[in-house]
Amino acid sequence: MSLVSIRDLKVSFDGVQVLHGIDLEIGEGEAVGLVGESGCGKSVTWLAALGLLPLKAAVSGSAKFAGQELVNAPRTTLETVRGGRIAMIFQDPSSSLNPVQRVGKQLIESIRLHRGLKGAAARVEAIRLMDLVGIPSASTRIDLYPHEFSGGQCQRIMIAMALAGEPDLLIADEPTTALDATIQAQILDLLARIREETGMAMVFISHDLGAVSAVCDRAAVMYAGRVVEQNGIRGLFESPRHPYTVGLFQAIPQLDGPRQRLVPIYGTVPDPRHLPTGCSFSPRCTSASDFCTSVQPGLVRQDDGCDLACFNPAAHAVVPAYGHSVKTTEYVR
Amino acid sequence: MSVLLKASRLCQRYTTGKKLFGKPSTVTAVDGIDLEIRAGEIVGVVGESGSGKSTLGRMLLGIEAPTDGEVLWQGALMPMPATPKWRALRRDMQLIFQDPLAALDRRMTIADQIAEPLEIHRLMPREQIGARVMELMEKVGLRADQADRYPLELSGGQRQRVVIARALAMSPKFLVCDEPVSALDVSIQAQVVNLLYDLQQDEDLTMVFISHDLKVVRNLCDRVVVMYLGRIVEEGSAEEIFARPLHPYTQALVSSVPQAGTGMTNRIVLQGEPPNPAARPSGCAFHPRCRFADAACKAKVPSLMRDNGRLAACLKLRTLPFQDEKQLTHA
Repeated sequence: MSLVSIRDLKVSFDGVQVLHGIDLEIGEGEAVGLVGESGCGKSVTWLAALGLLPLKAAVSGSAKFAGQELVNAPRTTLETVRGGRIAMIFQDPSSSLNPVQRVGKQLIESIRLHRGLKGAAARVEAIRLMDLVGIPSASTRIDLYPHEFSGGQCQRIMIAMALAGEPDLLIADEPTTALDATIQAQILDLLARIREETGMAMVFISHDLGAVSAVCDRAAVMYAGRVVEQNGIRGLFESPRHPYTVGLFQAIPQLDGPRQRLVPIYGTVPDPRHLPTGCSFSPRCTSASDFCTSVQPGLVRQDDGCDLACFNPAAHAVVPAYGHSVKTTEYVR
Repeated sequence: MSVLLKASRLCQRYTTGKKLFGKPSTVTAVDGIDLEIRAGEIVGVVGESGSGKSTLGRMLLGIEAPTDGEVLWQGALMPMPATPKWRALRRDMQLIFQDPLAALDRRMTIADQIAEPLEIHRLMPREQIGARVMELMEKVGLRADQADRYPLELSGGQRQRVVIARALAMSPKFLVCDEPVSALDVSIQAQVVNLLYDLQQDEDLTMVFISHDLKVVRNLCDRVVVMYLGRIVEEGSAEEIFARPLHPYTQALVSSVPQAGTGMTNRIVLQGEPPNPAARPSGCAFHPRCRFADAACKAKVPSLMRDNGRLAACLKLRTLPFQDEKQLTHA
């Protein structure tokens, strides 16, 4: 039984379609990564599902949360789900917090809204949440303002606030992108630990494949408003099939092995107003055929459980007998 | 290789927080840095935000005069900012910023922006400028028909190419890139990094590459400087520093990079926040976050020690469990 089930979700802004039918399932307690370059629709998918897009956006399709339809649902329905059952954290923590209110007050507000706690009980809960996300001496720092915390601590407070409603699903939209590498490692650790303790499901939106592999069970790769490949973390990283996924892996410089020239994906992400015909990735793809430029491939389940939208996928990488790391340079094209 | 730029005991202090009746407080952004940059090499500068990377870059270029210490450019002292000598030196050194849109004028076409430095420095007759702009655009991979576009009409990667073309217009000798690829997507990032590398090879540039992305730094740079709170804590060749980091901070930094395909196992997660330059810890500035710190680290400031061409500043270099035999000498 899946917690969230998105079917054929489409979004267009002023007649320009940006999401072309997303299908996605999130199981209970599962951590799913959404990977892709900027503008591919990672965030829009969830903003649309939660009814957070501006009015000019036309949303169609279905997004069911525990059997309840969310797309174009009345505000009252959405408000019982948002924050309470599905919480969301964003990239820039300092712009998500109110700069002129004490963090304690902001935390207590969401505890009061979602849990009905008041007064001293809410304050005690706020301190417990701040402790939980690892803010030192929470009981004294609860009355400080957001600018008195560092960026990493602000993100911790945002996570505490998201946890206030004891959600079933946490959507983390690029939660570590604005942070330093060492702080990023701390936040990833924190998210993994909290998921272990509370058993909530998580959607981790990121363009950093390394971060996704660190905290997720499964990942979906998006390109130009479509899911192009979806697989378990291990399958996806050991044997990426879609040329775009392969390209993304190759574009990441390595920290070990010989120093080498980076391998870019040539060209740029297409403009949603002028999408190429056929597969949107075909103009940048090295294995595209004439067929690719005329017909859009659908997302098809493969024998190994991987979902793939490609006519000319990369061959399965051969897993060496010892160890399980395959160097990206060894992929057979 | 000859030394192009030499910085010695470079310090930068900023006075902040001057209250109406209170005393102003000083923040030491860069604290006594010695650095030699040889002609034709790419030096990477890594560290967390607030470690003084950008301030160091600006002082190397002479945009900011250091509070203490000196910068020697080809053996001569860097002139004070905004003097005629300093202005003449601008054509030899250029800076590339993180956010290309902020560095470009939104109301000028990109061809005009690339031409602007050539007009300011009057390096060539006006009628040759057009041809030079086209040559530069081709070099950085922009199409000729994009010449009359405005920055907003281009993608992030293309805008960064415009900034690079403009920086190269006067064939500079020295280029400081301050987080040039941080705002770009992975696939585009690789394109721009490769472009910078090719240009460095073709144009015989000397480059300082400031970044917090260790993976890019490792694959692009020859030599890497790790900064922590305004000081250099480790320096060495890119290959070695990432394969065998000496300083506990570098170890944590290298280990904090999420690697595609590996989970969260065996990672050193640093506790605590990046330190505040306004409230510098005593002794080794890294000691509150260090796994190996003891009372000595709290009391004594470690100096950079030399070991087989590598430099590291840690009191525990000899005794750390992961070290092999060391021949330490004072740097």
